[in-house]
Amino acid sequence: MEIYEGMKFTKEHEWAREEGGKVYIGISDYAQNALGDIVYVELPETGKKVKAGDPISVVESVKTASDIYSPVSGTVSGVNEALADSPELLNEDPYENYIAVIDPDDLSELEDLMDEEEYREFCSREE
Amino acid sequence: MENECRKTPLYDAHVKAGGKMIDFYGWLLPVQYSSILKEHENVRTRAGLFDVSHMGEIEVSGSDAFEFLQYMLTNDITARPGKAVYSPMCYADGGTVDDLIVYKQSENSFLLVVNASNTDKDFQWLQDNRKGNVDIKNRSDEYAQIALQGPEAENILRSLATAADAQDVLSGMKFYRYVNEIKIGDVKVMLSRTGYTGEDGFELYCRPDDALKLWDMLCDKGAAFGLMPAGLGARDTLRLEAGLPLYGQELSETISPVMAGLGRFVKPGKGDFIGREALVSQLEGNMSHMLAGFGMIDRAIPRTGYEVYHDGRKVGHVTSGGFFPTLKKNMGIALVEVSCAGEGTDLEVLVRDRKYAARTVKLPFYKR
Repeated sequence: MEIYEGMKFTKEHEWAREEGGKVYIGISDYAQNALGDIVYVELPETGKKVKAGDPISVVESVKTASDIYSPVSGTVSGVNEALADSPELLNEDPYENYIAVIDPDDLSELEDLMDEEEYREFCSREE
Repeated sequence: MENECRKTPLYDAHVKAGGKMIDFYGWLLPVQYSSILKEHENVRTRAGLFDVSHMGEIEVSGSDAFEFLQYMLTNDITARPGKAVYSPMCYADGGTVDDLIVYKQSENSFLLVVNASNTDKDFQWLQDNRKGNVDIKNRSDEYAQIALQGPEAENILRSLATAADAQDVLSGMKFYRYVNEIKIGDVKVMLSRTGYTGEDGFELYCRPDDALKLWDMLCDKGAAFGLMPAGLGARDTLRLEAGLPLYGQELSETISPVMAGLGRFVKPGKGDFIGREALVSQLEGNMSHMLAGFGMIDRAIPRTGYEVYHDGRKVGHVTSGGFFPTLKKNMGIALVEVSCAGEGTDLEVLVRDRKYAARTVKLPFYKR
């Protein structure tokens, strides 16, 4: 699975990617694999203000419900509506299918997150 | 984890097949191989193979075994030869010790197949109440169990039961019938047309040493019929969709079989048994709560333990719930006040501090 250039990762297995001053967020391949078949995504409301580390969405698989935490602080400016009817998109391609877009308060927060190499290392220790 | 957990004889086969192994009440078992949804669907349309070797087997024998079991169990175990009997086992207050299946092995010997997590408790409960000439043995280590479930199950067995008499046995075998000994390939099994999926299917009991051979044989022959191994995840969604109770959720020390809607397995007419008085009273309507199936109207997934409301008042909790793969709906079973259990009652389920509309429906959700 392709990981986009400059993608950042949290210890909770979310990814964040900056594009045109906005931050797209989603869950990693490791996360979707651990969850199994995803059957519901509770999308945040646009306009919602979040701090880095706040719960922003809930992804539910057949077995369990898992909180998704915002990697950055800011305001939700958009959500991936396609997930409402096709939550399985997160299993099929977790990096192409974002959950929400954040208008960030401070882009430098991304620097606190893991880059691809650090995240791969982190995941290998989680096994 | 691996050091504390027990492995079934099929552990290596699961790992080889890509099973995601989890600790299930002290047993290492696959929760899924590829996908719970795919495995679920495959059991409904073709066939699935489950390792259920963790289940407990308790043998009750002796000249008073029949009378003793009639006293310990709520159902009447007087049955025609070759007919398995499902029964709850209860405490004096009607609460459930376990639910199990009784197989008569010979005139004075019965095999009880019990929930893995309850085996020790059940054994102790039987011992504590033992009377007359009765011998109780925990035979769990002497049995492996494989469940072959789905519409293709009979065809798969036919392709393996090559002896003419074995074909005859399968032809005459209706649901809940069993034979104490039959050869599948060259493996001796106790074969029972039972299961926990809502589909046709069989449960095969064999010696642990034969389990891998039997499993491989079923996988090999079954492949042509679309057979796939299936894990605990699919086992749970299949049984829930079929409205089958799971001990610890739909039955417990505080949820009696009558509260669980299993009154047809309580037979006061057979004579005295533990829990009789309490259960008869419940059958007459004297109980505060009972189980009800429900479907979500709003978009949310109900899960075990979530609170249930009616007219703004808390009336119970979800015992099991989730996304139902075949019906493609979010549904569940709740323990609610009796007045809210009737079909078509509007409920609300509390999901992450918000109430979502639901309505009670008739059980089972799915029927083949």
